[in-house]
Amino acid sequence: MTVATILEMVLAAVVLALGVWTIAARETFAATVGYVAYGLLVPLIWVRLDAVDVALTEAAIGGGLGGVLLLGAAARLRPSEPATAAETPGKIVRLSAAGASVMIAAALAAAVLLLPDPAPTLAPAAVANASATGLANPVTNVLMAFRAMDTMLEKVVLLLAIVGVWSLASDRAWGGRPGPRHQAGPHGVLVFLARLLPPVGIVVGIYILWTGANHPGGAFQGGSILAAMWLLVIMAGLTDTPAVGGRWLRLVLIAGPGVFLIVGLGGLCFGPAFLAYPLPPHAKPLILIIEVAMVSTIAVTLGLLLAGAPERSDQG
Amino acid sequence: MSFALDILTIVAVSAGAFFFLAGTVGLLRFPDTLTRLHALTKADNLGLGLVVLGLLPQAGSLRHGLKLVGIWLLALLAGATVSQLIARAARQSGSAR
Repeated sequence: MTVATILEMVLAAVVLALGVWTIAARETFAATVGYVAYGLLVPLIWVRLDAVDVALTEAAIGGGLGGVLLLGAAARLRPSEPATAAETPGKIVRLSAAGASVMIAAALAAAVLLLPDPAPTLAPAAVANASATGLANPVTNVLMAFRAMDTMLEKVVLLLAIVGVWSLASDRAWGGRPGPRHQAGPHGVLVFLARLLPPVGIVVGIYILWTGANHPGGAFQGGSILAAMWLLVIMAGLTDTPAVGGRWLRLVLIAGPGVFLIVGLGGLCFGPAFLAYPLPPHAKPLILIIEVAMVSTIAVTLGLLLAGAPERSDQG
Repeated sequence: MSFALDILTIVAVSAGAFFFLAGTVGLLRFPDTLTRLHALTKADNLGLGLVVLGLLPQAGSLRHGLKLVGIWLLALLAGATVSQLIARAARQSGSAR
């Protein structure tokens, strides 16, 4: 047994234990902290599996933005938590929940264990056809070309998520700004960080988008870094959240799926099929245009998802 | 030369791992928020710094080396800021004694 194998086994055991602890923890806040730690360790497993693209996304979403979202929810739920914890569901409900969980776990285990060996894979086909787009990163090829439909629909899902969050607003606050106006001392530590870090973070975010063509990275990973920088500036009180009624904001929110759809329809009009790209010299610039539109949409959407529903009128 | 560099790597990374261990023990054993933060920042600053120092000879190119140093500097910045914020919050809520 090599050192790497032992490391992997320890890693898997810790992740499993964290998963169990997250479910078993009584307090919402404790469970959230467990989940964030879980979300930071799972990327290490993805790196060990040579899936660096997935690891980057998991670290940014599972450990970072998802964690912040859950922490915010836990903070909001805290006043009502004792009341919720006091209502224990009946024995039948608990037994059927346990039964359903065991059945789902068994079905998943069977699906994984009954896979033929070697498992069916399209990876060689994806690598062999990399020249069709002019991009060297096979993951970006799959996301942007071979399974472009999924990626486009994923951006529509992001849009639906933000519509869902906004629809929680009261009528009075509709069109206003989400979340409280953050105030921090002008010479405080947070303001210092919010002035120092974003220039670095913006360069790293754009670099990760750009390098995604040939190396691990891409619009989602870059977009979440940009969103984090934006949120940092908002939390330090250096800028306010945008009013959700703004025309420019709405335009940026639909830019990603919109540009994707236009390019897709272009493929239908001038090419063989929906989302069909032209031949190599022209495919890569087109994909880059979509990615730039997508990274703006992703950054703004993730930032607004964390900012929450509009709470204040535009002037407030 | 490469042997000496390998020795440097082993010594520095082991020292870094020791600081992480000591920081974790401190985090678990120290009595209040401020001393726990103190232990934690040792792991971040010195532990990660020594690990990065040890990995520099193995980086292969100047670019990779600079990336490693950049990661350490970013972790320093984030660690220092966050521990300040936590310490301030702890002092305001009165849990730091």
